[in-house]
Amino acid sequence: MKQFKGRVVTPGEVCCEAVVTTQGFNTLASLQMALQFGDKKVKCGDQNNEELHGKSLIGKALCLPQTIGSTTGGLVIYCACALEKNPGCMLFANHIDSLAAAGAVLAEVWVDGITMPVVDCLGDEFLNYVKDGMKITVKKDGIVEVE
Amino acid sequence: MILTKEQQDILDGNKGETLAKVMKTLVMYGDAFEAEKLVPITSNYNHLVTSFGLKVMSPVYDLMQKLLDAGVASGQEFSVDPRPLDKNVPANFLQNLVFNKFMYSKQDFYEKQLKELGLMNEDAFTCTCYMDEVGNKPKRGEVLSWAESSAVVYANSVLGARCNRNSGIIDIMGSIAGYVPYFGLLTDEGRRATWLIRVETTKKPEAQLLGSAIGMKVMEDVPYIVGLDKWLGNELNDSTCAYLKDFGAATASNGAVGLYHIEGLTPEAKDFGKDLIVSGAREYIIDDNELERVQANYPVVWKNKDAKPKLCFVGCPHLSLEQLKSWTENIEKELKNKGNKKVIIPTVFTAAPRVLEEFKKTDYATRLEKMGVITSYICPLMYMNNPLCKKMPVITSSNKLRTYTSARYYKDEEILDMITGGKK
Repeated sequence: MKQFKGRVVTPGEVCCEAVVTTQGFNTLASLQMALQFGDKKVKCGDQNNEELHGKSLIGKALCLPQTIGSTTGGLVIYCACALEKNPGCMLFANHIDSLAAAGAVLAEVWVDGITMPVVDCLGDEFLNYVKDGMKITVKKDGIVEVE
Repeated sequence: MILTKEQQDILDGNKGETLAKVMKTLVMYGDAFEAEKLVPITSNYNHLVTSFGLKVMSPVYDLMQKLLDAGVASGQEFSVDPRPLDKNVPANFLQNLVFNKFMYSKQDFYEKQLKELGLMNEDAFTCTCYMDEVGNKPKRGEVLSWAESSAVVYANSVLGARCNRNSGIIDIMGSIAGYVPYFGLLTDEGRRATWLIRVETTKKPEAQLLGSAIGMKVMEDVPYIVGLDKWLGNELNDSTCAYLKDFGAATASNGAVGLYHIEGLTPEAKDFGKDLIVSGAREYIIDDNELERVQANYPVVWKNKDAKPKLCFVGCPHLSLEQLKSWTENIEKELKNKGNKKVIIPTVFTAAPRVLEEFKKTDYATRLEKMGVITSYICPLMYMNNPLCKKMPVITSSNKLRTYTSARYYKDEEILDMITGGKK
């Protein structure tokens, strides 16, 4: 088990399985089709992301450097949360980007009863260490345990 | 974050619960970037990214309704991204059924909400709101609360306005409050370049391919590009602005670029030159081989990679008037060379409604129509984003459309060749 300390963007505690992308997570390309056509597993639809394409994202600890792409990104995250099709948490190696931050904040402020902890600044070492299927525990103070 | 008394009053709920939540959203958003303060929006108009009445986006329309019901709609009018539907664009019975009855069943409802929230006019649906014909063109230094990645990168880089890559919903919340958090591309420091890009190609690089290469390399950083003014000149004329529009859209969609500087051309690069580059900036050299490598690595997701294209989209982001005219001339010339009269692949050129209106006043419009090309105000991306279109072999010269859909990317000259009949 290894521990990493990040910065809490939106708080919460969760324990779930990791899915990892070492390239930017394109929110629109990844989630739109799944949300639109009621894919219960919320499989990643981004054909440009070999690491994630076709993998289920719902309830998973999404480990990523940052999000990229369309500025609908934040509202896509917000909708995923409102529709209860969101990842279990989002864990950023880098400083969070403006679109993901918007999505996390919109969900926190405007969606009742949602808990999707978002932690950033976990560092490159985190992303080098974590692998698909590893057990992730996110604690309130931004501590992320990987085992 | 330090708030003024007025801002604190709003946050404390003295102007109502909904406005307090709007302010809380902006403060939390700013806190994520250690923003010290909120600054006033100074542009005449806003621009929103959410133009589509997608059934699945019902949480967005519920939120918009909360804002309307609370009477907090902004006094600031706005343009918005293109409509997702246009009956001029070819679609079969099943596609029309899926588009109208299933996917975009909330379109009319949402457009009504947009009007109530402050839509500029019925024609204000385009991703290129900064075109003269559309009239939402901010001035240098103005602070914006825009979303739409291609419009934000254009406003920052070509017009010198100041705007972060805001998400949909955040765009309207900033406008409602009248403030945006001061961080990132709003600050002088955030506008400095952390990458030096050297363009060393032997010919003018394709805008959308160059933008893609840079976007994928620098991600959300600010690049300072040298060697491009050799091909583009030092003046922001119609042709150069169209190039930068397409280039920027590719940097923003293939990466997350919100601002670029081009030496000798874009306003801040002209004023400050290499002083914009931070010390220790990384370097990326782009030559012919690098562009070939980037294009060769695009995945082809068509089931049959050799399928005959069934549709071609040009204009993501929307074409300028100048681009519509030059495409018309180029197609005419190529068809003549090949002994054809009409394009052999159904082809749709997309542009802003007001740009199309101006185009239709010229004889180019009749000439283009005679060659079988359809013009539309549609958003190709929204048209393509469904399983039915995913099965269609669609070609495009838009790197943004390639990124988000199954459309296959070709350079402009390759598209021209393909739609006019291929090599003879």
